[in-house]
Amino acid sequence: MSGVKGSIWRQVPLLLWLVVLWTLLWDQVSVLSVVTGILLALLVTRVFYLPPVELPDRVNPLGLVVFLGHFLFDLVRASFQVAWLAIDPRRVPTSSIVAVQLSTKSDLSLTLTALAVSLVPGSLVVEADRQDDILYLHVLGTETAADVEKARADVVAVEERIVRAIGSRDDVRRVNLSRADRSLGPIISGRRQRAWEERHPAIPVEQYTSEGGYPE
Amino acid sequence: MTADTWFEVASSACLLIGALLSLAAGVGLLRFPDALSRMHAATKPQIAGLAFILLAIALEQRNWGTISTLFLVMLFQMLTAPVAAHMVGRAAYRTRHLRRELLLTDELADVVDRASHDLATDPANRPE
Repeated sequence: MSGVKGSIWRQVPLLLWLVVLWTLLWDQVSVLSVVTGILLALLVTRVFYLPPVELPDRVNPLGLVVFLGHFLFDLVRASFQVAWLAIDPRRVPTSSIVAVQLSTKSDLSLTLTALAVSLVPGSLVVEADRQDDILYLHVLGTETAADVEKARADVVAVEERIVRAIGSRDDVRRVNLSRADRSLGPIISGRRQRAWEERHPAIPVEQYTSEGGYPE
Repeated sequence: MTADTWFEVASSACLLIGALLSLAAGVGLLRFPDALSRMHAATKPQIAGLAFILLAIALEQRNWGTISTLFLVMLFQMLTAPVAAHMVGRAAYRTRHLRRELLLTDELADVVDRASHDLATDPANRPE
């Protein structure tokens, strides 16, 4: 997995995306736009070098559709709610800063969860604790303690939907374990997930590498 | 009515909804009590507001060149708005630009206090 060859293969999705982006900006697919796109993609990834993102080892198309559907619905509904809070003359909204303990350990899942939560109006990520995977959110319009708990549960649900769609096998196991603690069923428990879990025994949190992910 | 008229009507409706959401964002910016609440108004209804306005343009133009560009506009807005909101929100919290009497709970206060206490008493224990 590691080594020069591995790192080149991990760059391929990024390079492809940069070429697609370039042709979209040109609004036309021609030899010139694709060739300049490839050259620019190589140049940009060399000049602005970033550590490659650990891409997930599984994708669930149905999970993606469910996540996107939920996300768009939440986005529109919450937009109107915040818009109403803004113009409602009767009161000034009460807010809370809520700590949400996430179950996953990967950069990608944490980032996507934070992005999805931030994009939905009414919640704003004030602080992210990468070490312990805690998101601190500023939540608008929490009048009671029940509202705070609901906000927390909503974020956990967003994380679970993201992991179900594109979480790595390791993320899935962590989410399943945390759901088991709350006596809920697993999100994914297929044959391939179980086979993976047998091949990769759980590493205790103390021994976890700082960059996350399993050393293969 | 012809199909074109329907597209016009749908496009106008989207434009109006987008404009109303942006107006509400502006009102929220004035009315909300502190910096963190204002960040909600400044960044959020804007996302849906922009989405509706871009949808209106797509319904009006209906060609792939335009739609692909609109898609990029939306994508980059969605990638960058949360980051900007996070940076301003973080700075606002740390510089105490918030009204604590309007908060129901603050679960971050203890953590920040503990971190600054550790920092003050033992520089070797400096948290990351």
